[in-house]
Amino acid sequence: MDSSAASAVPPFEYDATVDPAPRLRLSGRLDVHAVERHWGSLRRRARDLGQQATGAVLVDLRGVDYCDGAGAALLHALEQDFARADAEVQFEGMGRMVEEQLAPYRELDAVEPARAADGRGWWQGWMDGVDRVGRAAHSQFSFVGELTQAVGSALRHPRQVRWGDTLRVAEAAGFQALPIVSLIAFLLGVILAFQSAIAMRQFGGEIFVANLVSVSLFRELGPLMMAILLAGRSGAAFAAEIGTMKVNEEVNALKTMGLDPVRFLVLPKVLAGLLVAPLLALYANMIGLIGAAVVMQGFGIPWVAFFNQVTSALTLSDLFSGLVKAVVFGLVVATVGCLRGLQTGSGAASVGLSTTSAVVTSIILIVVLDGVFAVLFYHLGV
Amino acid sequence: MTGVAATNPDNAQGEVVIRVRGLTMGFDDLVLMRNLNFEVRRGEIFVILGGSGSGKSTLLQHMIGLYRPQAGHIWVAGADITEAEGAQREAILRRVGVMYQMGALFGSMTLLENARLPLEVHTDLPREAMDAVARARLQLVGLGAFADFMPSEISGGMQKRAAIARAMVLDPEVLFLDEPSAGLDPITSADLDRLIQRLARTLGMTIVIVSHELASIFAIADRVIMLDKESQGIAAEGDPATLRDTSDHPWVQRFLRRTDSDQERSA
Repeated sequence: MDSSAASAVPPFEYDATVDPAPRLRLSGRLDVHAVERHWGSLRRRARDLGQQATGAVLVDLRGVDYCDGAGAALLHALEQDFARADAEVQFEGMGRMVEEQLAPYRELDAVEPARAADGRGWWQGWMDGVDRVGRAAHSQFSFVGELTQAVGSALRHPRQVRWGDTLRVAEAAGFQALPIVSLIAFLLGVILAFQSAIAMRQFGGEIFVANLVSVSLFRELGPLMMAILLAGRSGAAFAAEIGTMKVNEEVNALKTMGLDPVRFLVLPKVLAGLLVAPLLALYANMIGLIGAAVVMQGFGIPWVAFFNQVTSALTLSDLFSGLVKAVVFGLVVATVGCLRGLQTGSGAASVGLSTTSAVVTSIILIVVLDGVFAVLFYHLGV
Repeated sequence: MTGVAATNPDNAQGEVVIRVRGLTMGFDDLVLMRNLNFEVRRGEIFVILGGSGSGKSTLLQHMIGLYRPQAGHIWVAGADITEAEGAQREAILRRVGVMYQMGALFGSMTLLENARLPLEVHTDLPREAMDAVARARLQLVGLGAFADFMPSEISGGMQKRAAIARAMVLDPEVLFLDEPSAGLDPITSADLDRLIQRLARTLGMTIVIVSHELASIFAIADRVIMLDKESQGIAAEGDPATLRDTSDHPWVQRFLRRTDSDQERSA
C-alpha cells in the first residue's frame, strides 16, 4: 500500500497486493503530475510484483477516470516491466480513453526506424571527412571561377552590373562604417603615439614618433584594422543575408528565373567591397594621424612640426602598398562572406554557422595574406 | 461590448472553454475585426473561416495571447489571456497547444527533440518517460519511424504533422491548428482529419482550426464562424452543412458552395 499517494495533490492512487492473486490497482487521474510522482516507485513495485507472481498479474484500471499521454507512457512501461520479469499481464477495465492513448505506444514496439543506426566504422567516417574536404574545395574553386567570369563579363558589359545595388551595399559597408572606423583609427593613432613617445623621449627623439606612426599606419595597421572591421560588419552581413535567402529558397527562385546568383547577389557586394576598402583604409590612416598628432601636442611637438615630419617620412610606395593590400582585403572579405552565404545549409542554425565561418575565414585569410604581402614587398623592395 | 468585468464570466461547469467578448483587433490604425463575440465549447471542433486577409490567423494569435487586442477580452480555459502576465499567462499557455502555419519546428533539433521540448520545459518527468511520450505522439501522426530525422530531411507535410505532434505532447485542453491541411495531399489530409476527430471525440480535446479547406471543414467541423472582411465581423456562425443550405448571406453562400458553382459553371 502506498500511503504517500493518498495525500498527493492529484487524486491518483495505486495499491499492489500479492494475495490471493498478484494484482495492481490504479485509480484516479492518471495524468502527467501523477506520473512525475510515481514513475519510479510504481515501476519498482511492478517489478517486485512480477517477480513474486507465478501466474498472470492483474492490472485493474477500472478506477482510472482520466489518462493522458504521460499516463499511457507509464502503463506501457509497466507492461514492459512485467514482461521483463516474465509475468503475464492482464488489464482489467481499460476504458476507451486509455486504450486510445496506449495504442501508439504499442504500435511503436513494431516500428523500425526509417534510417538504420549509424554503425559505420572509423574508416568510413574518415573517408566521409575526406569527401567533405574535397567537396568544400570544389565548391570554393568553382565559386572563384564563377566570380571571375562574372567580373570579366561586368568589365565587358558594365551596363549589366546592378549599380544601384552596388551603391547601396557600398553605402552600408563604407559610409555607415565611418563612425566605428573613426573611433578605432583615432584610438589606434593615440595608442601608437603614446607608447612610442615614451620610449623615444629617453633619446630626445619625440619627433620621430611621426615617422613610426605614419609608416606603420599607412603600410600595415590602417589596412589591417579596416579589413578586420569590414569582415565583422559587412562580411558577416553578406553571409547572413545570402544565407537567409538560401534558407528561404530565394536563391532557388533566382535560379529558376534564369538569374545567376553570383551575378545578381555576389557581384554587387564584391564590387562594393573593392570600392570601399581602399577608401576606408585611407580614411583610417588620416584619422590615425590626427590621433597621434593630438598626443604629440602633449609632448611639445606642434601640429606643423608633426605633419612636416610625416610628409618627409612617408613615400608614395608606403601609401600605395597599403592601398593595394586594402583592395585585396576588401575582395577577400566580400568574396568569403558571399561564398559562406551561398554554402548555407537549411535552418536558422546554419545561417549562424555561415556567418561565424565568414568572419573567421576572412580574418585568417587577411592575416595570412598580410604576411605574404610583407615578404613580397620586401623582395620587391617596395 | 462594454462593461465586461475582467473576471471570468464562465460558469463553474466549465462547458465553455474559450469565450471571446467584444474583441476588436488590428494593427495600429488598421482595424481587421470589430466587436467579435463567440464561444468555443469543450470537446468541440471549431473552425474559423474567412477569405485571405480577413484576419483568421490574427484572431488565432489573439486567442493564444501573442497579440493584445485593441478592445475586448478573451478567456481561455477559465482565465483572461488578454490581461494575464507572468506565471498566470504561463499557466494558461501550459494548457493549450499550437501548431503554426509553417510548422515552426526548430531546425537544429530532431523531430524527437522538437516534440520533447514542451515536456522538458513544463514537466518533471524522467527523461525515459519524456522520450516515450514524444515518440508516441510522433507515432500518432504517423512519424514513429522518423523520430531521429531533422526537420530539413522530411517533406513539408511531414513537418506539419510533426508540428501537430509537438503541439499536443502535453495533452492540451485546447489545440489550435493554423491551416493544418493546407499543402497536404488528399490522403494525408483525410488521415489528419481522422486524427483530429479522434483527439476531440476520445480524448475530449477542444480543437480550434483556421482553415479554408472546404472538404475537410464539412467532414469534421462541429461549428464554424465565418469572418467577413467587408463588415469586419462574423458573417455567419453554426454547423457548416446547415449554413450552406440555409444561410441567405450571399458571401457565405459563395464561399461554402464554391465547388457547386464551379461545377455549374463547367456544366
